[in-house]
Amino acid sequence: MVTLTLNGNAIRYDGDPSMPLLWFLRDAQGLTGTKFGCGVAQCGACTVHVNSEPRRSCVTPVGTLDGADVTTIEGASGKVTEAVKAAWVALDVPQCGYCQSGQIMSAVGLLSQMPKPTDRDIDLAMNGNICRCCTYHRIRAAVHDAARRLEG
Amino acid sequence: MEQTFAANRRQFLKGSVAASLVISFNLPMPKCVAAASASEFAPNAFLRIAPDNTITVISKHIEFGQGPYTGIATILADELDADWSQIRVESAPADHEKYANLSFGPVQGTGGSSAMANSWEQLRNAGAEARARLVAAAAKEWNVDAERITIEKGVVKHPSGKAATFGELAGLAQTVMIKGQPNPKDPGDWRLIGKHVPKVDTVSKTNGSAMFTIDVKLPDLATCLIARPSRFGAKPKDVDPAPALAVPGVKEVFVVPEGVAVVADGFWAAKKGRDALKISWDETGTELRSSRDLVKSYVDLAKTKGAIARNDGDADAALAGAAKVIEATYTFPYLAHAPLEPNDCVIRRTEDGGAELMFGSQLQTVDQAVAAKVLGLKPAQVKIKTLLAGGSFGRRATPAGDMAAEAAHVLFAAKHKGPIKIIWTREDDIKGGRYRPIFVHHLKGGLDTNGNIIAWDQVIVGQSFISGTPFESAMLKDGVDQTMVEGASTLPYLVPNLRVSAHITEVGVPTL
Repeated sequence: MVTLTLNGNAIRYDGDPSMPLLWFLRDAQGLTGTKFGCGVAQCGACTVHVNSEPRRSCVTPVGTLDGADVTTIEGASGKVTEAVKAAWVALDVPQCGYCQSGQIMSAVGLLSQMPKPTDRDIDLAMNGNICRCCTYHRIRAAVHDAARRLEG
Repeated sequence: MEQTFAANRRQFLKGSVAASLVISFNLPMPKCVAAASASEFAPNAFLRIAPDNTITVISKHIEFGQGPYTGIATILADELDADWSQIRVESAPADHEKYANLSFGPVQGTGGSSAMANSWEQLRNAGAEARARLVAAAAKEWNVDAERITIEKGVVKHPSGKAATFGELAGLAQTVMIKGQPNPKDPGDWRLIGKHVPKVDTVSKTNGSAMFTIDVKLPDLATCLIARPSRFGAKPKDVDPAPALAVPGVKEVFVVPEGVAVVADGFWAAKKGRDALKISWDETGTELRSSRDLVKSYVDLAKTKGAIARNDGDADAALAGAAKVIEATYTFPYLAHAPLEPNDCVIRRTEDGGAELMFGSQLQTVDQAVAAKVLGLKPAQVKIKTLLAGGSFGRRATPAGDMAAEAAHVLFAAKHKGPIKIIWTREDDIKGGRYRPIFVHHLKGGLDTNGNIIAWDQVIVGQSFISGTPFESAMLKDGVDQTMVEGASTLPYLVPNLRVSAHITEVGVPTL
């Protein structure tokens, strides 16, 4: 039996503990904003927050999350998240959009730790999030934009 | 499928002629009325205006990142003088009579950067028609002269002070008729075209609500993964489904032409079931050559003349007389297109005895025909709901309708009565073919004493991915697949002695 907090709600789970968090979210909880891209933590599309830090949900077994606080794109909130989402919309960052939930969760993680990142900081923090449409230039600009919004 | 396309191929050849305008927007009235609900205005196949003042644009092109939803909506919104906030976009159903890509001929599909170009005139006219009918409705309602009615940001106005929204006029606009086809706006009057408008899908793509195929939720939906052979074309010889069936959540295991299908409750059970399967494969006749072997044979072949795609002047003679000859071989490897959303498709039987596919269909007319053939249905009995797709990069434009065929095979064989979502893993994608093909180009260029190019001899070697598909007779002629010589046979530079030839190779690795 695993008890965890998901987007602020207490959840009890007694199914297969080896099931990756990604599929627990998508298939059991119906939270499909978190995406499957590779299943082996190589693309970042499945990024969520576990205890406020970015985590690849595709390689995180639910059984390891007893007592954890999990936040997905659907439940993400607060000043940093709002700033990131506003910047993403202002700059029209997404193209196909499939990677963007993961990009946003990583960007929120970065700005929560580092309010004024440099280009290099952004590149390092975001480098595990692949965008096959190559929106990287707008992602970087949007992270800077979000940082400015948080300053102001 | 043969029959479906036989009559169409000649027209496909005349793509540019077809583009000169065969359109569906002047549908006969009864059809329009049938499409519209009570006081909705549905003037043509490309938009609907609801009483709540929203404008739903119907996109015949798939959205997978290049922005056609926004581009197409921009054309219509500008022509209507709508307010951008009124705009919604939904995908068109599979219907090549209404939604053909005018640069492809009678085929609904997206590709080759043609979405905006082929929609341009069609949608300007569709928008102009809708606008004129809104104006006619207002003139009738207010009993005024239509000439003095203007529209600004979705508000229809008359100098007398009368004003109405599109939504308020929708019911009446549906009933008024206009004479002839109104002219679209002059470019000087454009208010959205050429300007920045927020993309219609950005918000849903920043909050997790955008609906991709993998996200489809339906009652009684099962997930299917397919165990695929490691060599292309291998067939399952012995399958022991017992270990897979022992996995909690696995419903059934069966053989399909693509491999061994595992249908389960959710991805994880399907994946564990697939991992547990014991399969031995019959690899008779499969491709055994390595990429290195193939490249080596291509390089040798590229030194010989192939089937002629273009032949201007006398390249051999000019090369023989050139002051300088430059020669080079260029090799391109197999590349997986690797869209971030791997292949997937939701398929179900419909109450009327047909079937419905929901996925990132890039060539709806092909996919519809292919699925229909597998299921023993007529193409019109197969509905396609085209969903947002997580990229394509060429991967989804399968000219033989692979994903639709696979989904139909699964549906045909499954005992599960509800909808089935087939998902490819990333490993399936990388190992699963439809790669950008290996190509070798051998070029010989001749310069005169002033450094001018006087001769160009290019030999191109590779697989044809048009061969064996409905596009073959239109695009593969005299041993040359137009898609493999495009850009070379159509070289725009003036080279007096230019020869482009091609060798089509037969390799058991599917490409695209």
